[in-house]
Amino acid sequence: MKHVYGWLLLTPAAILLVAFTHYPAVATLADSFFSAGTALRPSRFVGLDNYAALGGDPVFWQVLRNNFWFALGTIPTSIALALLMALWVNARLPGRALVRLSYFTPTVLPMIAVANLWLYFYTPQIGLLDKVTALFGAPSHNWLGNPDTVMGCVIAMTVWKEAGFFMIFYLAALQTLPPELEEAARIEGASRGYFFWRVTFPLLMPTTLFVLVNATINSFKLVDHLFILTKGGPDNASNLLLYYVYQVAFSYLDTAYASTLTVVLLALLAGFAVVQFQLIERRVHYR
Amino acid sequence: MKFLAVVLFALLTGTVHAQGKTELTFYYPIAVGGPLTKVIDNLAAGFEKENPTIKVNPVYAGNYDDTRIRALAAHKAGQPAQLSVLFSIDLYELLEQDLIVPFDEMATTAEDKAWLKSFYPALMLNGTYKGKVYGIPFQRSTIVLYWNKDAFKEAGLDPEKAPASWDEMRTMAAKLVKKDGAGNVTRWGVMVPSTGYPYWMFQAFSRQNGQDLMNPEGNRTNFTHPDVVNALQYWVDLGRKHNVMPAGTVEWGTLRQNFIEGKTAMMWHTTGNLTAVKDSAKFGFGVTMLPASKQRGSPTGGGNWYLFKKSTPAERQAAFRFIKWITAPERAADWSIATGYVAVSPAAYETPKLKTYVAEFPAAAVARDQFKFATPELSTFQTGRVRKSLDDAIQAALTGSKTPGEALKTAQAEAERLLKPYK
Repeated sequence: MKHVYGWLLLTPAAILLVAFTHYPAVATLADSFFSAGTALRPSRFVGLDNYAALGGDPVFWQVLRNNFWFALGTIPTSIALALLMALWVNARLPGRALVRLSYFTPTVLPMIAVANLWLYFYTPQIGLLDKVTALFGAPSHNWLGNPDTVMGCVIAMTVWKEAGFFMIFYLAALQTLPPELEEAARIEGASRGYFFWRVTFPLLMPTTLFVLVNATINSFKLVDHLFILTKGGPDNASNLLLYYVYQVAFSYLDTAYASTLTVVLLALLAGFAVVQFQLIERRVHYR
Repeated sequence: MKFLAVVLFALLTGTVHAQGKTELTFYYPIAVGGPLTKVIDNLAAGFEKENPTIKVNPVYAGNYDDTRIRALAAHKAGQPAQLSVLFSIDLYELLEQDLIVPFDEMATTAEDKAWLKSFYPALMLNGTYKGKVYGIPFQRSTIVLYWNKDAFKEAGLDPEKAPASWDEMRTMAAKLVKKDGAGNVTRWGVMVPSTGYPYWMFQAFSRQNGQDLMNPEGNRTNFTHPDVVNALQYWVDLGRKHNVMPAGTVEWGTLRQNFIEGKTAMMWHTTGNLTAVKDSAKFGFGVTMLPASKQRGSPTGGGNWYLFKKSTPAERQAAFRFIKWITAPERAADWSIATGYVAVSPAAYETPKLKTYVAEFPAAAVARDQFKFATPELSTFQTGRVRKSLDDAIQAALTGSKTPGEALKTAQAEAERLLKPYK
């Protein structure tokens, strides 16, 4: 009887999970072994053909490389910046609430709105960035139209958007640290830098792990801005894996290949999560 | 319980049949709340007033891609629309999904057949496959050249004379470039957008240079013809050699703003921007046909009406009636004035209101006059991928990572691979 009761309690959540998470994941995996069907050419089993096509698709390798640079550019910077901002607004300073709010504002804005704002920052000549650099006599620069700078622009915007969000987690964690530790350290004569590296930072490790996992997932998940800013261009220089999935599924209507790409994306993310939890957890002290 | 369900069902379905109304749903590619939704709502209401037995529900579904996705999804979910405005170049995709029926099946009377022939022939090309008409032109555009007359005056050029050839455009653009004391450019000579729809702009260049990019059957592309390569070379050189256009890609979305703020003296853009430029430009501006190399030329663009297969005969009849009504000369004239899109039939330009409008604002007729030189928008089987490979090639050439010849060779190889099964 107890079993029945337990299962009944689980059912609502289980139905939601199965219907919206597990079933789509399994269906995606299954679709990746079939060809995309149209009314005239019905879908058929093709085995690993889609995966073979993936290997020979230069755009796939490029978006993977891009995603790697995007992750490398956004994750450490936004985490470091978040920690810095949290330490800053955790201290007693006048107008603290206002500073916290202003750091958090980018998080509240929808990504599409942010991208529209930044599109005008980056626009050559009439954009904010060019207006400011023009004051110093620098020539106008085609920020988003140049494959060498476009990724940096996208990364800068993402860091601006993300750091405030991660700051909230660090701020919450900082406020749970007992003040005795700092007092004790001061009595012992420890410098502020020493105290940070030996006490604060290790105690923040659980938060860092959480933020790291989220930042990693976000670096693969956040592509909304590409719709507005660059559409993945020029020549795929700012294209990311998930945006490519969207293009394949909805511009090319090739659901089979899109499923294959999605499977790769899922496998990548699952792999990262396992590594992060396994390796880094050893260095995390939970209290 | 069962009884209740039956009653409910009867009530739900009964409301429609009790009034003897045919209900039509159509998807329309425009963001919800955009200024054009009101125009469409008014048109739908006007039609319902004249045809009390038909109810029309427009569904606004975002841009062309979003609208196609939603129309296809609704079809898969068993709630298809009976008609829709979709991208004119979605034709092959819709054919392959077996979704649409030709208008020829419905147009049986002599009057209907005459109606099918009442549009500009250039606008019918994208909607015709193997001699049958699948798409009726509605919100259609072409590319035109906008020029800033004040800038022309300032540069010592005749403000009423726009460039008519490639050489003229290049030399005039060179005179129009303005630099500050430090040698930084404050005004460019010309800008051609290369994000969003690079292939569309490129079609204009290659048509002007004497070549079309695909065949009418939609299964062969022509990217490596020397004239096509030279067309891309000319475009690339404007930015990288003659320095009259910014090097790299030019953003489609912000170009209009650049022009309005006087940061470029000329731009190539869709006629769909005409009303917006007219409303916000603080200087005298002109609109003209794109310049010629061997000939003039511009692709058409925009959306067509399609009739969907999954519908009852009564619904299809009603949908056909609605499309005939909304594309009639009077409505086409209203639509063109409200939006800047081209009026789709010669008869629309003969209506008194459009005649008056064109007399006051001659720019509105430029797109029409350019139809003589128009080519259909790039559309093939596997159109999304073929287009993307061409877009990538154009951007690679403009940003200098490949030469035009190399870039187009890659795109052609990709297109040939994709189109092999359709030959």
